[in-house]
Amino acid sequence: MEGNNFSPETGFDSFHGAIPHATLSFDSPERYRGEAHFLAHSGARLLALWADSPSSIRASLILREGVVLLSLSLPKDSLSFPSLSSIFPTAGRFERTIADLFGLLPEGLTDLRPWSDHGLWLVPPLAEGRPSLHQPFAPEDYPFVRVRGEGVHEIPVGPVHAGIIEPGHFRFSVVGEKVLRLETRMGYVHKGIDSLFRGRTLFEGARLASRISGDSAVATSLAFSKAVEEALNIEVSEGIRFVRALLLERERIANHIGDLGALGNDAGLGVALSLFGPLRERMHRHNLTHFGHRLLFDTIVPGGVSTFLSPQMVDALLQETDDLLSEVSLLERIYSDHGGLQDRFQNTGILSPEIAIRLGIGGVAGRASGQGWDLRIDHREDPVHRFSPALALDHVGDVAARVRIRFFEIFESLHLVHALLTNFPGPDICSTLPDIPLSREGLGIVEGFRGEVLGWVRIRPGKTIESAHIAEGSPLLWHALEASVPGNLVADFPLINKSFNPSYSGSDL
Amino acid sequence: MWKLLWKILKSGNLTESRMHKPERTSPCEYSRSASIRHLDSGSCNGCELELWALENPVHSLSSQGFSFVASPRHADILLVTGPLSCHMKEALEKTYQAMPSPKRLLAVGDCAINGGVFRGSYAIHNGVTEDMSPNLTVPGCPPRPEEIADAIRRSFSPAKTHSDSPVLDLEIRSPLP
Repeated sequence: MEGNNFSPETGFDSFHGAIPHATLSFDSPERYRGEAHFLAHSGARLLALWADSPSSIRASLILREGVVLLSLSLPKDSLSFPSLSSIFPTAGRFERTIADLFGLLPEGLTDLRPWSDHGLWLVPPLAEGRPSLHQPFAPEDYPFVRVRGEGVHEIPVGPVHAGIIEPGHFRFSVVGEKVLRLETRMGYVHKGIDSLFRGRTLFEGARLASRISGDSAVATSLAFSKAVEEALNIEVSEGIRFVRALLLERERIANHIGDLGALGNDAGLGVALSLFGPLRERMHRHNLTHFGHRLLFDTIVPGGVSTFLSPQMVDALLQETDDLLSEVSLLERIYSDHGGLQDRFQNTGILSPEIAIRLGIGGVAGRASGQGWDLRIDHREDPVHRFSPALALDHVGDVAARVRIRFFEIFESLHLVHALLTNFPGPDICSTLPDIPLSREGLGIVEGFRGEVLGWVRIRPGKTIESAHIAEGSPLLWHALEASVPGNLVADFPLINKSFNPSYSGSDL
Repeated sequence: MWKLLWKILKSGNLTESRMHKPERTSPCEYSRSASIRHLDSGSCNGCELELWALENPVHSLSSQGFSFVASPRHADILLVTGPLSCHMKEALEKTYQAMPSPKRLLAVGDCAINGGVFRGSYAIHNGVTEDMSPNLTVPGCPPRPEEIADAIRRSFSPAKTHSDSPVLDLEIRSPLP
């Protein structure tokens, strides 16, 4: 890498057919920033930015060709690290989290308000006794950005919301019914997950990885397991890969079904919730019967899967797929023909393609705004690529577009599930996990139901976790939500929020 | 529109009958209608998915007299999920204090009971049981909807489910320090 920038054409490694990725290590802050700048101009999006120790900053970027992990080593006793916020606008909150947890100053970041820190910590919790620039503050002093003008007022919402929802704070600045600005304040469900990974065994780690965000349990534990498998240099067998792909698509279908029902309900069609609810319930019950857990927690473990797929199970799941196809097809026609519903969906919460590019939004929200990123389609990862999945793409970027994308993806996933089941090569045994003589790192990337899910792990000899991080894409969706709510009515906020459906737990970690 | 009506007619009643008839042992007992305020104190949202499932027509908790309400002022039961993150402690206390008496506290899921998989983190209180005394706990990660529904029904039945005392525990001791 001396003097030259990373080449997306030749620089990637594809580990055992996985999605190509590369790790670039830097000692110099200038070169780290320079490489990020170069890759941003090559079309890279920022997926996540974190610190795995007070002297190691990591930024993961995704390009069309694969994923690049930038790794910056800071000198001992360094109190600051270079900010990428002028290159990637979404970097700021990640860097504010690092500042809160490690007491490091992001150099070049203009917004230095605390993010994960709510004023309860006397010292940064992960500073490991090093000196820090941490300044205690009173939690009620958090300076929200004020909008001034005649008739402007604020509506504070949360952390406890009116319903069965996770906690977070929203600050609306409104005139009359119209939202002028939305600012989110997260961190209420911060659980210190990165620190909990440390010292755990690989299977305990997989258990924790299943619980980053309960609705994405398969995606997060699969990303973690893939990272572990790369670090230990093991390849999983074909039967295992089929079961994993099947579980991932089942999770996607169940979540899209749940979100579509909730979207209809939020738009005033209460019966939608009653029609979609039983479909999801049936999937959860099949999950319990066939895979041992309603939400598929702990079904994916490093080296394999914890479940088994018999010919009888294949038949039962094929029947379920056919039933879901006919039921969801009818519900899609009901949604698209319903004038009142479409009136609420259309032109509500528009995320323009330009802003989606600027924020680097992928997943469902990106695909609804003209950003055609889907790891299952962009990369020839086995076994899904054998069945040529189609890309869901829309360009309008409103709630209606995100609803269309979700319907499209349900049908596409049902097609994939059907193909995976009919071509199932038969059960395979899980790989054993070898020990390693030296600490090693691995990276795993998965297309979850929201978007890309990234798992990174460093394992030390004895098969325990030295450090790990899982990013499931929700922090970027809060930026997308903030960009798409202004100009809409306050009453449309729940609808817009549900159409993105970011996870609070997945972003606070 | 006809498609929707046809679908509704064809769907019929999907609710699995789980009507619970409590024994009448005390004059001031609960008679099958209560409001629940849910509070997520830092869960992974797995428990929330199962609470959502309670609202679907198959479980239909609301048809049995239990509804999730938006305000703690309207609630009889505070249903807490999650390992109680440090940042949600104040919100939990304020929510509980805002509820009228008699009130019940339900800790749902392993996290709410003892921190679950997150136990030992610097950022959590290892569940609500460290500082508060739930009337009932529902273990599981997450517990199945049937188990949560059963606990909700039992939370207002006589205290013998909690201990051997036959006395109805109306004025529960304040769980807050």
